[in-house]
Amino acid sequence: MSALLQVSDLVKTYGTGGAATHVLRGLSLELVAGEMAALLGPSGSGKSTLLTILGTLMQPTSGRYSMLGQDLVVADEADLTTFRNLHIGFVFQFHNLLPDFTALENVIFPTAVREGRETASARARGRDLLTRMGLADRINFPSANLSGGQKQRVAVARALMNQPELVLADEPTGNLDRESAAQVMELIAEINRDEGTTFLISTHDEKIAALCRRQIVVGDGVVTG
Amino acid sequence: MLYALKIATRYLTASKAQTALLVLGVAVGVFIFIFMSALIGGLAEFILSRTVGDISHITIEAEDPDPAILIAPEGQLLSVIEKGRARAAILSDAATFIPLIEAVPGVKAVSPQITGAGFMMRGSLVSQVTVKGVEPGRESAILNLDSYLTQGSARVGSGLVVLGERLADDLTLRLGQTVRLQSSAGVSTVLTLSGIYKTGNGMMDGSSIFVSLSTARTLFSLPQGVTRIEIKLTDLNAADDTALRIRALTGLDAVPWTDGAEQLMEALNAQAQTGYFLKSFALITIVIGVASALLLSTYRRRPEIGIMRAMGAGRGFVIFVFVTQGALVGLMGGLVGAGLGYLALLPFPSREAFRSGTLPMDITQGSYGLAITLTVIGAILASILPARAAARVDPVTAIGQ
Repeated sequence: MSALLQVSDLVKTYGTGGAATHVLRGLSLELVAGEMAALLGPSGSGKSTLLTILGTLMQPTSGRYSMLGQDLVVADEADLTTFRNLHIGFVFQFHNLLPDFTALENVIFPTAVREGRETASARARGRDLLTRMGLADRINFPSANLSGGQKQRVAVARALMNQPELVLADEPTGNLDRESAAQVMELIAEINRDEGTTFLISTHDEKIAALCRRQIVVGDGVVTG
Repeated sequence: MLYALKIATRYLTASKAQTALLVLGVAVGVFIFIFMSALIGGLAEFILSRTVGDISHITIEAEDPDPAILIAPEGQLLSVIEKGRARAAILSDAATFIPLIEAVPGVKAVSPQITGAGFMMRGSLVSQVTVKGVEPGRESAILNLDSYLTQGSARVGSGLVVLGERLADDLTLRLGQTVRLQSSAGVSTVLTLSGIYKTGNGMMDGSSIFVSLSTARTLFSLPQGVTRIEIKLTDLNAADDTALRIRALTGLDAVPWTDGAEQLMEALNAQAQTGYFLKSFALITIVIGVASALLLSTYRRRPEIGIMRAMGAGRGFVIFVFVTQGALVGLMGGLVGAGLGYLALLPFPSREAFRSGTLPMDITQGSYGLAITLTVIGAILASILPARAAARVDPVTAIGQ
C-alpha cells in the first residue's frame, strides 16, 4: 500500500521565549491509503494540534508534511484551502453544522462552495450520502432540528461529500450517547471498508480505538506507540 | 458567486427581526435623504420662481451708439450745440430676429418692447412711471400679468393702460377712468385704465405701467424697431447657455438673468451646500448602522465562518458573503426608504402650485435613484470592514468556540 501522507520531525510551538509551549516535539508519522487509525493519548499530548496541522488549518513551526505527493508546508493559503476542500474531510466533536441550513445543504456545502452553486449532481450525491447515513427522511430538515446523533451523521456525510482521500475525526463520538456513537462508528467503518477512505480518529475511548485497525499513541508531542 | 448570494440571503432571512430593523434603519436614512432633496430642491425652485420667475430670463437691449468725434479744423473753434435727445437706442431689425429667437430650443416666449420713462398725471397728482409698451396678446409673456390682475383686463389695446394697484391708489384712479401720460420724449397722451394688477412687489405695483406697443411708439417717437426684447425660457437654469446661442445666432447682446444676480446665486449655492451636508450625514448614519450590524453578525457567526473555512471556503468567498449582505440590506433599505419618501411627498402641492405658508416640497427632486445608488454603495463600503474581519477568522479558534 502507498503512503497517503508523511509527517516527519513535526514541531509546533505556541508563544515565544519563556512563554513558549512545545506541543509537538519532532513528531513523525505515516498513514497508508485506506487505513483506519485511532489517535490516542492523554489530554494535552498534541492530538488535536496534530489533526489541525494534518487538516491544513494550521502550519507547523517546523518539520515536513506532505500528502498525495504535495508539500503542504510550503503551500500558500489559497492552495491549502483548495487542497483541503478536495482531499480532506472533517468530523468534529460538536458536529459543527451550519444551523440555518438543511441537512442536505450542509452536506453539499464543500462541493457548492467550490463550484459556486448547488448543482443537481451535488444534490443527488448529498441525498445518497444522507440515505446511506439512515437520514433519508431528514434530508430537508433544518439541521438545528436534528438530534445529536443525526447531526453527527450529517457531519460524516458532509466530510465524505467531495470523496476525500483522508477524513480527520476529532472525538466524533465524544458528544453522543452509546447507541448513536455505535451507529456513527459503524458508518465510518463501512465507508472505510467499501470506499477505501482513510480515517484518522482522535479518541479517548478505548472501545472506539479498538474498532480501528491501527492505534497511534501520542505522548509529550511525539508518537510513542 | 451565486452560492455566496444564497448564503448571504439565508443569513438575512434567518434573523428576520434583526434584518427588518436594519433595513428600517437604512430606510429612515434614505427617507431623510429624499425628503431633504425634495425640500432643498423645492425651496430653490420656490425662491427662483418668486425672484426671477416673473422677469425676463434673457434680455436684449439696444446699445447706445458711440457719440461722433468732432475735430475742429486747424486754427478754428468748433462750436457744437447738442439737441435735446430723449430718443432711446433701438433694435431696428427686431422683426427679423424674433422668429429666429422663438425657434431656439428652450425659448418659451419672446416679447418685443418699447420701454421708457414718463409721468402720469391726474389733476394735481403726478407719478413717475416706467412705461412698458408690449404687443397686444403678449402682455403675460414675461410677467404673468393675467395671474396678478385684480380688476379689469390685462389686454393693452390702443389708448388703454394697465397699471399697479399702488399707483392706482396714488392717483385715485378707478377702472374706466382716464389719465394723462407724458413720456420722457415730451409726447403726451390720454389713456383709459383697463386693468389693475397687484404683484406684491411695491416698486412694480407703484411705478410700472403697460401700454400697447403702438401707443409706446407714439409716446417715444419710435416709428419702427423696439428698444428691448425680453425672452422667457422653459428652464431658467438654462439662461446662460441659451443666451450664448442667441448671441451666436443673431449677433445681439443677449444677457442672461444670472448676470448681476451673483448674490442670489450665492444664496442658492449656500442652501444647496447645506442640503449636501444634511444628506451626507444621513448617508454616514446609514454606513455606520450597516457596519455595526454586520460587525455584530460577524461576531455571532464566527463558528460558522470557521466551519466554512475548514470545508474549503476561501477568504474571498467569506468576504463576498458579507459584502453581499451589506449590498442587499442597502438595496432593500434604499427601495423601502425611496418608496416611503415618495409616499410622504405625495400630499404636498406640485411645483407649479407652490404657495406661501406651505413647505415647497418638490416631489420630482427627491433624487430617488441617486439615494438608492448611494445607499447601496455606502452599505457595500460599510460591509467591507466586517467582511474583512470575517475573512480573518481563524477556523481553528472559531470552531473551538
